[in-house]
Amino acid sequence: MRRRFTAVVPIVAAALLATAACGSDDGDSPAADDGPVALTVATFGEFGYKELYAEYQQLHPNVKITERITKTEDHHKNLAAHLATNTGAADIEALEEGWIGQFTAQPSKFNDLTEFGANDIKAQWPEWKWNVGASKDGKVIGLGTDAGGMAMCYRTDLFKKAGLPTDRAEVSKLWPTWEQYIETGKKFEAAKVPGAHFFDGPTVMYRSILGQAPIGLYDGDNVVVDSNPDVKKAFDLSALAVTSGLSARAEAWTPAWNAGFAKGTFATLACPSWMMAYIQTQAKDATGKWDIADVPGGGGNWGGSWLTVPKQGKHAKQAYELAKWLTAPEQEAKVFQKYGNFPSTLTLYQDPVIKDFKNPYFNNAPVGEIFSKSVTTMKPQYLGPKAGDINTQIINGLTRIEQGKQTPDQSWQQVLTDVKALL
Amino acid sequence: MTQLATEERVGPRRGLLHRLDVKGSPYLYIAPFFLLFLGFGVFPLVFTAWVSLHDWSLLSEEHTWIGFGNYTKLFDDPAFWNALWNTVSIWVLSTVPQLLLALVLAHILNQRLRGQTFWRMSALIPNITSVAAVAIIFSQLFGRDYGLINWVLGLFGIDKVDWTANTWSSHIAVSTMIIWRWTGYNALIYLAAMQAVPKELYDSASLDGATSFQQLRKITVPAIRPTIIFTVIISTIGGMQVLAEPLLFGGNGLTGGSDRQFQTLALYLYEVAFGRFDFGYASASSWVMFLIIVIVAAINFGITSRLRRS
Repeated sequence: MRRRFTAVVPIVAAALLATAACGSDDGDSPAADDGPVALTVATFGEFGYKELYAEYQQLHPNVKITERITKTEDHHKNLAAHLATNTGAADIEALEEGWIGQFTAQPSKFNDLTEFGANDIKAQWPEWKWNVGASKDGKVIGLGTDAGGMAMCYRTDLFKKAGLPTDRAEVSKLWPTWEQYIETGKKFEAAKVPGAHFFDGPTVMYRSILGQAPIGLYDGDNVVVDSNPDVKKAFDLSALAVTSGLSARAEAWTPAWNAGFAKGTFATLACPSWMMAYIQTQAKDATGKWDIADVPGGGGNWGGSWLTVPKQGKHAKQAYELAKWLTAPEQEAKVFQKYGNFPSTLTLYQDPVIKDFKNPYFNNAPVGEIFSKSVTTMKPQYLGPKAGDINTQIINGLTRIEQGKQTPDQSWQQVLTDVKALL
Repeated sequence: MTQLATEERVGPRRGLLHRLDVKGSPYLYIAPFFLLFLGFGVFPLVFTAWVSLHDWSLLSEEHTWIGFGNYTKLFDDPAFWNALWNTVSIWVLSTVPQLLLALVLAHILNQRLRGQTFWRMSALIPNITSVAAVAIIFSQLFGRDYGLINWVLGLFGIDKVDWTANTWSSHIAVSTMIIWRWTGYNALIYLAAMQAVPKELYDSASLDGATSFQQLRKITVPAIRPTIIFTVIISTIGGMQVLAEPLLFGGNGLTGGSDRQFQTLALYLYEVAFGRFDFGYASASSWVMFLIIVIVAAINFGITSRLRRS
């Protein structure tokens, strides 16, 4: 009798284990509009939303917001994985301009926001911003948040040591073209300011020049890296700046680059509006030393994001309401004033809240005016699905020149081969 | 006599259950592991092989059959061969010094020391730190302008080395991280094996005037040969799969340097799978990597078994 019983025990135990393992799911039942709602918002970099979440939660006590911030590249790769496996995406996912092309190509995984009434607020944004957030067949998946614009940040103290003018109007006159920017750089290097070079490295400069062209890496669905003279021009100018010895050889987004802001390793840095928050965080003690002038080549844009609502989320309507509120003009103005992320909401550009705003960190530069000028004169550039990876290969090419491994011509040939391998 | 009677009385059904219980329940006890292995080990292997025969992108819904197209593309791909070469180079640079150091360290730990347990346990501390944290800290140490190592080199009048830029320097840096992590672990494994070596051998060797190092070479190493073979195989398998250190070394992310100078096989795989989302090509590359590891491990086993056959 006992022996039979002991034979049964492992079988029953195994069965119990099996049922426990397939057991519970989250038990999330779709909440009514007034019931408690938990929303996750996934962003990258610094969107400046922390205070806004607190404000929204006060206005809507039933909503609880959790934020998830990851590094830009990782954020988008994770999102692609979540979409493919149909689980794990947040209720609101932010998308950057470099990647949005990849996602508007598969709009079926996102909610079409016009179904929630997004067409009512369409006039808030410039036409190009609205269109980039939509798929080819007109499904609007993203609401625009910020737009980068483009300017040139420079260190007044280093310019003074090199005998260059420091007033921003005069500095803007130094470089109406990128070639003149390089000439100014040579003058700076000749002055041999200890521990400082003219600019940080080719990455930021290359992206800025490329961002000024009407057509960049993609012409429609075709990659035109090999045939587009504007891409070659961006590459050549950055390579020239490097070979002229102007570079501090600090690779962008590395700890050494971060340290460079505080230590004054580079005197100029092309800065879209979101770079301002970055500089302020990295060089907290350098208040008043950085200033902002016009960018060579006039206008341009780098960066800008959209908020999307993936279909796998459980509270689509509430997520849309939150996204709509976050991208509303009042909120975007608040973010601009605190963090410098320039709003893509065009109704704000004439608003004194933007026009008259001066940033005390940057020597009271009229940043509202500077960036609205660059954003309104910019020509929107289409960024295709593989733009991020193609740019990585081109920047690798520029780094190879900087490291002395190849000449500009050799490097460009390898870039073309590498880009072809990606397609 | 009584036993036969008992069995006769109870009948054939009782006999069958009894036999099943004795013969069958061991399999039931080991079943959970094998079921899990079947689900999480064998199935992915087979599915990966299946995916590798298609043009399979993570972002699209359709997958076209292309047979061995991914494999032929792989053998023509210079980036793949570059990654293989980098992997072998980093593996040699990290495994050989590591195991030699581990052997010496184990020999030292085997002596009578004060605070023996403390020294033995400290050897394992590098192993329990987070791989990502170690890679980030070491990247800072190997930084070109502000790194500690260049500062120390500067004290000896040596120019700043751009560790991420060159092939040889980046391989040394990545190997250093791996050596730092695994030496203690292997030392403890050798130490455990050394406990089984009879003390009389060492006593008689000391009487004959052998130095500590000679004892290590002539007595210890032959005695723990099976353990050395084990660690060589494990290090081979691990060394060919190095991913976290090259990924986080320097800021370049997926390409392992501006010229793929420290991109290992696993990193190349990761770039293809999660950079380009080309899962078909990545699956082919992972199966080839698996075969390479099997071949290299087998060669290693063959070599170390034949060495010093006493």
